[in-house]
Amino acid sequence: MQVNKLGGPIGVRKFKDLAARRMMLVLTFIPGFIVLLMLFGLFGKARPILAVKPIASLLFSSVWSPLKGQFGLWPFIMGTLWVTFVALILAAPVSLFTAVYLSEYAPRWIREFMKPIIDLLAGIPSVVYGVWGLLLIVPLVSKVLAPLFGVYSSGYSILAAGIVLAIMIFPTIIHVSIEVFASIPYQVREASYSLGATKYETVRHVVLRKGAQGILASVVLGLSRAFGETMAVLMVVGNIPKAPKSVFDGAATLPTLIANNYGEMMTIPQYDSALMLSALVLLLVVLFFNVLARFILTRVERRAE
Amino acid sequence: MRLLPPRGTVARRKMKERFFMGLMRASMAVVVISLLLILGVIIWKGLPAMKLSMITQTPKGGYYLGKEGGILNAIMGSLYLASGATLLAVIFSLPVVLYINLYTKKNSKIATFVRFSLDVLWGIPSIVFGAFGFLVMVFLGLRASLLAGTITVALLEFPIMSRAMDEVVRLVPQDLLDASYSLGATRLETALKVVVRQCLPGILTAVLIAFGRGIGDAASVLFTAGFTDRIPTSLFQPAATLPLAIFFQLGTPYPEVQQRAYASAAVLTVLILAISLVSRALVKRLARHRIK
Repeated sequence: MQVNKLGGPIGVRKFKDLAARRMMLVLTFIPGFIVLLMLFGLFGKARPILAVKPIASLLFSSVWSPLKGQFGLWPFIMGTLWVTFVALILAAPVSLFTAVYLSEYAPRWIREFMKPIIDLLAGIPSVVYGVWGLLLIVPLVSKVLAPLFGVYSSGYSILAAGIVLAIMIFPTIIHVSIEVFASIPYQVREASYSLGATKYETVRHVVLRKGAQGILASVVLGLSRAFGETMAVLMVVGNIPKAPKSVFDGAATLPTLIANNYGEMMTIPQYDSALMLSALVLLLVVLFFNVLARFILTRVERRAE
Repeated sequence: MRLLPPRGTVARRKMKERFFMGLMRASMAVVVISLLLILGVIIWKGLPAMKLSMITQTPKGGYYLGKEGGILNAIMGSLYLASGATLLAVIFSLPVVLYINLYTKKNSKIATFVRFSLDVLWGIPSIVFGAFGFLVMVFLGLRASLLAGTITVALLEFPIMSRAMDEVVRLVPQDLLDASYSLGATRLETALKVVVRQCLPGILTAVLIAFGRGIGDAASVLFTAGFTDRIPTSLFQPAATLPLAIFFQLGTPYPEVQQRAYASAAVLTVLILAISLVSRALVKRLARHRIK
């Protein structure tokens, strides 16, 4: 290092350091500030409709007809819950098994091989997932899965959206749970082996039990990813504003509601307010899950140290 | 911990082991096959519709009815938008990451709080960023434009980039910092001349990850960037983006145009693949300069 280039009298250097410290300190509050700003901003925009209609009637009414001034979000809330639930049922076991394998069993080369694959799955844009779902999963549901169960389905359905979403949240669950497993000290496993336990028994009774909270957190993070996903779902879910009765029905979700109607929202009174309300609901739910999961993970991390 | 007696005979226990192993291997296969299926289907469906004019021309009149033209407007729009957003995000991410790792003690309250809020921000769906960006845009008196889209995408990229940078900056050995301080360097000098250089590969990866996210995200620009057939020439003009171009082309009732949507999806996928490959290569190359 060229020391003489460090430059300037000590006073100037100290001043620069102090100025940078102050400026950086201000910047560190930005992330928290943005979250708050989002909450207040969306709430502010949702207020006009909250002022004229009770919140319960907005959330639990199933009539969505903006032209008549009826903004019941229930069908969309149900749609979101169904889609998220299906995605979670499909993704959680696959991701957790994979994570256990990668962290406990796999030789180094498999781990190295899987890393870019998982990263890529996380990096593929949601529109591409949507196109793929449209090309492969929608026909699969309408031509194979629905006939299998003896029902008719156009393919644009909760099941299709759930399958696509499941793949989209693989990386989240795998990544977080691998980190959780890695935080469990190796000695704990050795203790189990020394008692004569097989590898499976060690994983089942030691690793999974010690990591239970962290696993829960990883699944919750996957859940909240699925909950807010927009474009991919928009392209395969059918966009039918009616509470679904089966996984082969089409539905609409809160994010797709917002994405679908942004064009018209300024033309009909209260419409924009209703959409901002659904964005607010979405934000609150996701915030709740995220704060919960991060809270658990911070504790897990601290325990490991 | 509860101690459990071994269940069943050794043979049975070993069988369980094998069964479990099979399940895990199958799960991993599902993950790998999913990726292969996605890449395979997108490329296989996209290639036949691919023409050179797709990526060298902007849409001509009646493009969305199946006439001549390409999606250069969307490709350029996305590149502009993601570049601007990534630049903005770096300007905000780097100081935050350096601050929580150098100016505060390890695991101080403020660092924990910042990491926590970044994680929370990271979990917020892009459609909510879109809605929020729209509010900011209206508040600032902007129209749907390259600038508004850039700001929104920068917000979206900020937590992704910061967290990825934090992961590497966190791992800088304390000894290295101490060595720098003992030479009389201030924290700022240490941050810029030692830490940034040491973490350059990781920082670049973080930047590229965020860039890829910026290019691929559609829900956040839906409200804010607008859509146009021209390549924007100023920050205040609306800009088309690749994901939205795919979405709109799919939305038309014409099979030829839908074919082009598949081709556009292939372009986007290849772009993302290329970014990821470049970042891997860069990391290998730059890692040589690291002090271990």
